[in-house]
Amino acid sequence: MPILKNIAAIAKGMSITFMEMFQPTTVENYPDGPGPLRGAKFQERYRGVHVLQRDENGLEKCVACFLCAANCPANCIYIEAAENTAENRISGAERYAKVYNIDYNRCIFCGYCVEACPTDAITHGHGFEIATFNATNLIYRKEQLLAARPAHLGANPVFNSAEVAGGAPAEVAPGE
Amino acid sequence: MNITTFIIVSVIKTALVLFVLLTAVAYTVWLERKVVGHMQNRWGPTRVGPFGLLQPAADGIKFLFKEDLTPPHVYKPLYIAAPMLAVIFAVTSIAVIPFGNWFSVGNFRTPFQITDVNIGLLVVLGITSLGVYGVALSGWSSNSKYSLLGGLRASAQMVSYEIALGLSLVGVLILAGTFSLRGIVEAQAGHFWGFIPNWFIFRGGQFVAFFIYLTAAYAETNRIPFDLPEAETELVAGYHTEYSAMKFAMFFMAEYANMITVACLASLLFLGGWSGPLFGPSWLQQLLPLLWFFLRVFGFLFVYIWVRGTLPRFRYDQLMAFGWKFLLPLAIANLVVTALVVVLKP
Repeated sequence: MPILKNIAAIAKGMSITFMEMFQPTTVENYPDGPGPLRGAKFQERYRGVHVLQRDENGLEKCVACFLCAANCPANCIYIEAAENTAENRISGAERYAKVYNIDYNRCIFCGYCVEACPTDAITHGHGFEIATFNATNLIYRKEQLLAARPAHLGANPVFNSAEVAGGAPAEVAPGE
Repeated sequence: MNITTFIIVSVIKTALVLFVLLTAVAYTVWLERKVVGHMQNRWGPTRVGPFGLLQPAADGIKFLFKEDLTPPHVYKPLYIAAPMLAVIFAVTSIAVIPFGNWFSVGNFRTPFQITDVNIGLLVVLGITSLGVYGVALSGWSSNSKYSLLGGLRASAQMVSYEIALGLSLVGVLILAGTFSLRGIVEAQAGHFWGFIPNWFIFRGGQFVAFFIYLTAAYAETNRIPFDLPEAETELVAGYHTEYSAMKFAMFFMAEYANMITVACLASLLFLGGWSGPLFGPSWLQQLLPLLWFFLRVFGFLFVYIWVRGTLPRFRYDQLMAFGWKFLLPLAIANLVVTALVVVLKP
């Protein structure tokens, strides 16, 4: 009896949808979820807002070589380089980035800058809540991109004297 | 009851029923989005209010303030009249539906119903049949291919399935011996064999009629799996492709109001209407039937949504073949069997 078979098939389908109703949702409960990410989940490789890394001494890894800017297909990275001096030591090498801006109006999150960086200074973080009502807010300065300095280096005299005197805020939240 | 009290009571009842109906329509939309969402492992609306409960209000405000665009190529009088017709007929049919028993304060007594017509079922069927005008005229007056096809499909489908729908109800009418919806509910009072309620779904083969009615009703209200008039994948949105803002919302309201009417009718005709255990003080005994009736209607609406979350859409020839070659003969057979049972029963 094909009719009975069809009815059985429909009943089976209905039972499946009914049972699914009580399963936990696959879709993230993003803004209402628990934890600091409020329910959002990431792959480790997720390419979010960039983070400028520091080395083990708390100095900036960026040496202002301009390779990221040269590689950027969206042309959204703007760098001004400056020389490190004995009194004002920002990075481990000769030069450092005095200005490092990423224009997130243009950035396409392709990751080429991360691939190009010879010192692994620029990386992709997991920041993604960068929506704003004012496009000028989307131009992120170095202070916003820089990773927080390691906690054990809080009292590092080189770090403190150099960077705070150089105009950077003493504490910067990561990925902001 | 003199004429003034009659008018006042009628106006109050109409306003109340209309308010409840439109609220129910809004929250059926919310329920549908929520239930289908969870069936598909999504969340459904969560942003507006707790559990998205204020979503219908947000949608309503949005519909009201959207630009009401009239495309330049439409035939204006009918284009404007069509959504009104759809919503008017959908809302009017609720007027004869009884929601509960009698309401009495002191020596004032009135039924939980806007008006008790002794041919209530015919009125409902007649008015819901007129609903096809809204769909057909909107499809034609929009002067667009998608709308026209949607309107054509809707008219053909609604006319075809109306026959099976009507015939499936005749069995109930034979058993009840009345057209009055109140009378039909009263004919289902009591139990047989001591515990099974005397509902028509359990009596004289009306189980089959119930499923014919349910299937035909889904087609009548243009719901999945019979939603060919608005098949998104083929017709954009079918007969309301060219509509925007409140006119579009009116078609939506009409669809959901029709769903509710159909659910009310199914509860009244097959599931014993508002019957259920009564207890407590007298005011509670008056209001409890409303709750039992509401629970049945809610159950039907849930099944509507459940089916929507499960079944795919028919192909058009399958739809027509199913209606004419399967449902109609089955309804006629059911009618004959019921008639024989009634006549041959001592």
